Amino acid sequence: MTSARGRINIHNQVLLTLAAGGTVAVAAAGFVSYAPNRLLSGQPITLWEAASGSAVTGIGLLGAMLVAAAFMSPGKTLHYAQAALAAVLLLLVLAAAGQAASALSFGAKPAVRISLGTAFWILAASAALAVVDALQRLGAGSVARLLTAGAIVAGGAALAVAGAFDALSIAREYASRQLLFADALSRHVALVAGSVGLAVVIGFPLGVAAARSPRLQSPLFAVLNLLQTIPSIALFGLLIVPLSTLAAAVPQLAAIGIGGIGVAPAIVALVLYALLPVVRNTAVGLAGVDSAVIEAGRGMGLTSQQIFRQVELPLALPVLLAGLRIVTVQAIGLAVVAALIGAGGLGTFVFEGLGQYAVDLVLLGALPAIFLALAADFILQTLSAVLRRQLAQ
Amino acid sequence: MIEIDEVTKSYGGRPVVDRLSLSVGGGAFCVLLGSSGCGKSTTLRMINRLIPIDSGVIRVGGEDVTQIPAQVLRRRIGYAIQSIGLFPHWTVEDNIATVPRLLNWRQARVRDRVTELLELFRLDPAIYRSKFPHQLSGGEQQRVGVARALAADPELLLMDEPFAAVDPITRDALQAELARIHRATGKTIVFVTHDIEEALRLATVIAIMDSGRIGQLGTPLEILEQPANDFVREFVGRQGLGLKLLSVRKVSDRLRGGEPAEGEPISLDASLSEALSAMTARRADRLPVCDDEGRHLGIIALADLVR
Repeated sequence: MTSARGRINIHNQVLLTLAAGGTVAVAAAGFVSYAPNRLLSGQPITLWEAASGSAVTGIGLLGAMLVAAAFMSPGKTLHYAQAALAAVLLLLVLAAAGQAASALSFGAKPAVRISLGTAFWILAASAALAVVDALQRLGAGSVARLLTAGAIVAGGAALAVAGAFDALSIAREYASRQLLFADALSRHVALVAGSVGLAVVIGFPLGVAAARSPRLQSPLFAVLNLLQTIPSIALFGLLIVPLSTLAAAVPQLAAIGIGGIGVAPAIVALVLYALLPVVRNTAVGLAGVDSAVIEAGRGMGLTSQQIFRQVELPLALPVLLAGLRIVTVQAIGLAVVAALIGAGGLGTFVFEGLGQYAVDLVLLGALPAIFLALAADFILQTLSAVLRRQLAQ
Repeated sequence: MIEIDEVTKSYGGRPVVDRLSLSVGGGAFCVLLGSSGCGKSTTLRMINRLIPIDSGVIRVGGEDVTQIPAQVLRRRIGYAIQSIGLFPHWTVEDNIATVPRLLNWRQARVRDRVTELLELFRLDPAIYRSKFPHQLSGGEQQRVGVARALAADPELLLMDEPFAAVDPITRDALQAELARIHRATGKTIVFVTHDIEEALRLATVIAIMDSGRIGQLGTPLEILEQPANDFVREFVGRQGLGLKLLSVRKVSDRLRGGEPAEGEPISLDASLSEALSAMTARRADRLPVCDDEGRHLGIIALADLVR
């Protein structure tokens, strides 16, 4: 009765849902918000009021094309087009926000602040998810994913360098804290790298020992599990007394900066949290190596060291890397909280912003932390996928 | 080649191998046959010291194995197991080259040896050299496993139920290949199995094991015709005994020289069960017999099978 030709088929529900979400957000919520100064909450301003006509038209056009794509029969070309269109849309949304901010603040008092609004976040997230959806449908490998992410990041960075975002409140917060920001970022990375590095140095041998002796496993994991259940703020607090006592008793330790607050307790807490995933994944990874393979290796005259280095370690490596990934992402998040005990890092801005009720200052700390976590996750995931493919099975 | 002298191994006070003595001559294909838990695998694994010996002496090539460093000993003895244990992250070439590389062979020599072994197992080197274990069938994996055991050209090969986990058709092919390779290389092989048919097919000498001791040691024919005790008689099984006897006797034992016969000839080396099978299939009571070069030698007659 209905001919196949005349019928409209929805081929990509994900894309359609994202488009609907974006449309509703643009219609109902502010794209940016306008506040007379940084401490007052802002008034929402819609996309079409805030951004230039060409930007609005461009966003509408790209959105419409993506909606149309949801109705077209799937194919490689279509998915490539979807990825490209969504990536351009994402960059255009970013540019539109910057352009809206500079238009709204033109001629206004210097205290006026233009922040990013709900519609911006939803639109940007929808565009990003549309890129991810296209890559998934393409079955893109790790290299393709890396290149796509790199291209979008490069586009955003180019806009930032060109000053496209300078009028946005978050950029103004950054501008007034440029030196502090660089410091905080490098401190944050150092906290994460230091604690993850130490956790690996301590946790890897413990994991090997746990894999070798099942009797060690239950007490070891009991302790490590208990550590994981302590709330991070509580652990940071709990470490103040023992570490300051230690520093008071041993002046040499105090001289190299170890004390109840600062970097030392932060590193200790981050290492304690990182131990469980490192130890567990090391033990699980090694235990997962087929015992027949080890038996064959022994029977052919490999020494235990050769079996460990040439057989067990490479076969367990994907699981070890998965543990490293969990730990790194977790440490990036937890290190934000470490600012509470004076360890520095991106958390400094978050807590300062919370204290001043300045959301953009919170974002100045939170966004780079999220970005770091995503980047670390992505890189380690890619590495682990490449290794897994190489090791096969 | 191997002398096992009064060797004992106990776990928790219970002897698994009990004052066992066995001597295997060079070039023999010795099958340790028995049900599970009889100590056959333990005996095998004491030869290359994967399991330490409690008391007694094992000598390989006249040398007490405990006087040779374990790794050195194992690199001199080929070892293949039921679960194969190929290194999943290494190619077929790397797997086969394991022991030669441990022995620091030159690269070119290793490569030539891998080619030679792949050809011996009828795996095209151009195709199989760079494959990974998961790309191989079960039978191919076990061929590579045995090739790896042979890689450094050991005088002695230990095999622990290597074909127990493959399907019957593949097992049949692998057994035929191993028999061919044994004839071609003259290696001494100690082979553990619980499968009497497999033992009868491959062995030059069978040691039937029971509770850590040897119940009987003899050629397949001796084991079938003169079982030493009730255990051996039970294990060999009265059912189908006649067919088993036919399977270990050769056409050459019953050849009638000079007489002519029609049809496809059967080889002098074929077993009498193969001859019976051919006669039944062709509805014939006699078959012509030829040697390896295809020369007519005589006939084998149905009446002679039951003589």
